Amino acid sequence: MADQIKNKTGFLATLQENPSTDEFIKGLWRDNPVFVQVLGMCPVLAVSNTAVNALAMGLATTFVLLMSNILVSSLRNFIPKQVRIASYILIIATFVTMADYIIQAISIELHKALGAFISLIVVNCLILSRAEAFASKNTVGKSILDGLGMGIGFTFALFCLGAVRELLGNGSIFGVPFFPDNFQEWIVMILPAGGFFTLAIWLLIFNAAKQRRATT
Amino acid sequence: MSETNQIQPSAAGNSGKMLRAMVGIGILCALMIVLTFQGTLPIIKQKKAEALEKAIFKVLPGIEKTEIFQLGESNNFAPVNGEGEEGRVVYAGYDENGRFVGVAVEASGQGYADILRILYGYDPEKQAVVGFYVLESKETPGLGDKIEKDAGFLSNFEALDVTLKEDQSGLRNAVVPVKSGTKKHPWEVDCITGATISSRAIGNIIGASTERWAPLLYKNKDTFAKQEGEN
Repeated sequence: MADQIKNKTGFLATLQENPSTDEFIKGLWRDNPVFVQVLGMCPVLAVSNTAVNALAMGLATTFVLLMSNILVSSLRNFIPKQVRIASYILIIATFVTMADYIIQAISIELHKALGAFISLIVVNCLILSRAEAFASKNTVGKSILDGLGMGIGFTFALFCLGAVRELLGNGSIFGVPFFPDNFQEWIVMILPAGGFFTLAIWLLIFNAAKQRRATT
Repeated sequence: MSETNQIQPSAAGNSGKMLRAMVGIGILCALMIVLTFQGTLPIIKQKKAEALEKAIFKVLPGIEKTEIFQLGESNNFAPVNGEGEEGRVVYAGYDENGRFVGVAVEASGQGYADILRILYGYDPEKQAVVGFYVLESKETPGLGDKIEKDAGFLSNFEALDVTLKEDQSGLRNAVVPVKSGTKKHPWEVDCITGATISSRAIGNIIGASTERWAPLLYKNKDTFAKQEGEN
């Protein structure tokens, strides 16, 4: 067992030694936007009541994050410091509007389920923080990796919450029944309070795993 | 003085740079939005039409077929092919035996966050609103969006009285939203505590819309019934 842990640590360490892969990996695990940085909590708690909603919101955020990172990074020498925040918000809002149209074109029902939260991606602090802290100081290539890593990390976290909440609150996963008919649904899990409970448990698991790794 | 002279050109240069950056990014963003809008427009239109079709079946219980009618200049309805003119079309529903059941009407008005678009079913036989569905809403999740989910609120629209006056010029009792738990008459809409503005908006939208449409639809009920007989 100890050897296995050692090997895993070794594998992660090798990946992290490569600067390019590290930009990608850090968003997935070490600096996960939800479980470590605790950013963008509004959609995390509100739209994670089913696995489909969680995945859709995660992918929409990834799209906005990736595209805004690319554009901010490409224009980083062209945008003066004084107007950088205004420019980033303009860029982010553009991609959110585009995502809004694209989701409508994919499914009106999904668009209705995500409701006002699509527009609220504009104010997701994760996206602005990546534009300001990373994309405006790094190359396009690195920004793509950072955007993808953070986006997938965010989607993964949302999915972790959405899957558990749907499973316990609705007895299904992706709408497919999972438990026998006599399963009593935990209604509280699909209500807002369930979002807080599930997030707390995931944070607990994540931190316990992190502590364990640090001590070994 | 010499300091001022030195600062001025650099400040002007900065302003120019800032202006160029903001205008440039603005134009680029506008272009991307317009392209996406144009690219997705036909698909969104088609999906919205499909969603509307589904909603018609929800607000008129028991129907199997629908037909689109457009209001003419002389307040008469005639069937139309295709979409018809916005704000002048209604959707007649027929059961499996081809019997006319009722009419679905689209209505919209200001909600809390944005414009609310709804669809309701009108039954001329019962002179009542028999179904209600929210087509488009950006109301606050968890609060305002209760108008779509709250069973108590939705039960307002199972048989909302919109009986006409004797001379058929308007409603005998206008549909009015009332405070939660105080509904006494069948033409009142019981609002939701915690979603007062949104639920009140729905009551007002249906009130205004039925005031306009109910007399017209009632007068033309034979036109809708005949249409299916001819098919």
